[in-house]
Amino acid sequence: MAVKTPAPDDTVSTDRIEKRIVLRAPRTRVWRALTNADEFGTWFRVKLEGAFTAGTSVRGRLSIPGYEHLTLELLIERIDPEHYFSYRWHPYAVDPAVDYSAEPTTLVEFKLENTVGGTALTIVESGFDRIPLARHAEAFRMNDNGWSGQIKQLAKYVE
Amino acid sequence: MSSKGSAAPLFAALGDATRLRLLGRLSAGGPLSITRLSEGTGVTRQAITRHLYALGRVGLVHHARRGRERVWDLNRERLERAKRYLDQIAAQWDDAAERLRAFVED
Repeated sequence: MAVKTPAPDDTVSTDRIEKRIVLRAPRTRVWRALTNADEFGTWFRVKLEGAFTAGTSVRGRLSIPGYEHLTLELLIERIDPEHYFSYRWHPYAVDPAVDYSAEPTTLVEFKLENTVGGTALTIVESGFDRIPLARHAEAFRMNDNGWSGQIKQLAKYVE
Repeated sequence: MSSKGSAAPLFAALGDATRLRLLGRLSAGGPLSITRLSEGTGVTRQAITRHLYALGRVGLVHHARRGRERVWDLNRERLERAKRYLDQIAAQWDDAAERLRAFVED
């Protein structure tokens, strides 16, 4: 089971998703699975055309049954061997009819650490607050009591 | 990714500052007439009406008669669906992380 680490501060969580899991595998193995484009594509289920190189983009079609019509594009940001790997993308740009290229991207980061029994992997996706549509959706993430206040904040933000 | 199909048009409908202001006003004190919703916006009633219908098409708002007036209000249930967007993305990362685990732990 994936271990979910709650964001340290709730106000931060509107902008980011964070997951931390411990994998029973050597760090070198995990690193290769993350940064070799073929290996990444195997577990992520995307057929990437090209290797991961910082500063370049790699595209590929999803290989998840039913979603083969969707193309992902990863803009590789940083590759710090066996420590840190990051890319930008359009988070679940799910409508093939929509051109997402003008919208802001989110940053996906993978951080590796040695831990007892294997490798600790932290996955962070951040920047949702920069994405108007997701921000709007996130603003509605609340119970009835908080809802009105959040909408007002939202309205204030866009005014 | 199961409910992705219904989310995209919803977010498209929300991608406009005037529409967000309308939702904000309805949230603070709906139902409201178009006259009330237009006040202080600097936007014509016709434009406000168009935005309300755009929000209505994706089920975010609805209108009803109140006396001689037509009033608009929020559909909170529909907004509940919007709020699950990030939850879905988080769940997709859970799935991806488990596929990674199966891949590297073999």
